[in-house]
Amino acid sequence: MLKELILILMAGVLVNNYVLQQFLGICPFLGVSKKVNQATGMGVAVIFVMLCATAVTWPIYHYILSPNFTYLQTIVFILVIAALVQFVEIVLKKFIPALHKSLGVYLPLITTNCAVLGVTINNITAEYSFLQSMISSLGVGLGFLLAMVLFAGVRSRMEGGDTPKAFKGIPITLIAASIVALAFFGFAGVVENLLT
Amino acid sequence: MTINKKLMILLRGIIMDNPVLILILGTCPTLATSTSVISAFSMGLAATAVLIGSNVVISALRKIIPEVVRIPCYIVIIATFVTLVQMLLQAFLPSIYDMLGVYLALIVVNCIILGRAEMFARKNNVLDSAIDGIGMGIGFLVALLIIATIREVLGAGSFAGIEIAFMKDFKIPVLAQAPGGFLVYGIVVAIMNKLTEKRGGVKRKSFSCEGCPTAHLCNKSSCDEANEAVKEGAENA
Repeated sequence: MLKELILILMAGVLVNNYVLQQFLGICPFLGVSKKVNQATGMGVAVIFVMLCATAVTWPIYHYILSPNFTYLQTIVFILVIAALVQFVEIVLKKFIPALHKSLGVYLPLITTNCAVLGVTINNITAEYSFLQSMISSLGVGLGFLLAMVLFAGVRSRMEGGDTPKAFKGIPITLIAASIVALAFFGFAGVVENLLT
Repeated sequence: MTINKKLMILLRGIIMDNPVLILILGTCPTLATSTSVISAFSMGLAATAVLIGSNVVISALRKIIPEVVRIPCYIVIIATFVTLVQMLLQAFLPSIYDMLGVYLALIVVNCIILGRAEMFARKNNVLDSAIDGIGMGIGFLVALLIIATIREVLGAGSFAGIEIAFMKDFKIPVLAQAPGGFLVYGIVVAIMNKLTEKRGGVKRKSFSCEGCPTAHLCNKSSCDEANEAVKEGAENA
């Protein structure tokens, strides 16, 4: 049981890294990875929203939509996530202003982050239990944070480099992402053998 | 005159404002579904169908939808069309439905579609919006096919599932995997930069934030930070 949960967690963080292996959440990955502190803020906000979104969408799917209205999954999930992000922002602003100040700017950006919608849908498709879903979301969120922070570090070094003119900006960023993805590629198969 | 104008809208989507290669929107589905030509083609068509439908409906309702709640309205309209496409594919082309998997549902959060609603459909009439949808859709499809062709031919030694005998010994499998997606996309954008250089270069103001339809929600604060960083980088370079 515990072993299974650890496997789900590690798979989310390393093997099936959403950004670098599954291409979900690329926009914030390219847009907000300029500085390490920004990347960390965005990553923490994503973990937070992913956990909240899973905690809300899993019961909605299994107790309201299933089995007759499963075709409404896409519409309901995106609306729930959009409303949830607004709600979280209001609550944080009112009760924990310090946290809102550091995470607030990233929250609205997360509404259309495909990683959040992706993880909630994937949890349903994989037929995870509630606990497994939460662990999976935590793993995916941590993986997102890890990728963002690592890539912010890579980019800050890359800025000083002398790049050919045509490659300046987005192309060289994508190629750097490719090299980071190559590093994560090496994790395939590691986790399965870790615990056996 | 008017026909020329309509043609311009169409061409802008395909070439000048190509959503994938120039505006850098919709990166997630581009990278994820360009592993094979068939999945890229189906993704491009599915997204085009949703884009045309949502553009037409949003444009038709543009005077009814209140300004403040327009983003949630757009999301509901787009999600409706995505659900339609999902149900149709599941019923008639189940193999494609399985191949695209979660990325089919994720058309909802494809920045191209919400971006065109926000940037074009809510300001223009139904016909123009439909043409814009077709142009942007074809632009997305063409860009996906270019990237997918490179990745499938060099990475898997085949084209649309048909094996190329000559390529059998020269495969570069990593190109069909995740790292290759970033690499090929980066190189294609660089080639695009080089080609447009003579015409004064790509007028790309900043990173993806520019096209981000939710930018106004965050008062563009995090976007401005990102943009400043981009500008600093450009000045330093």
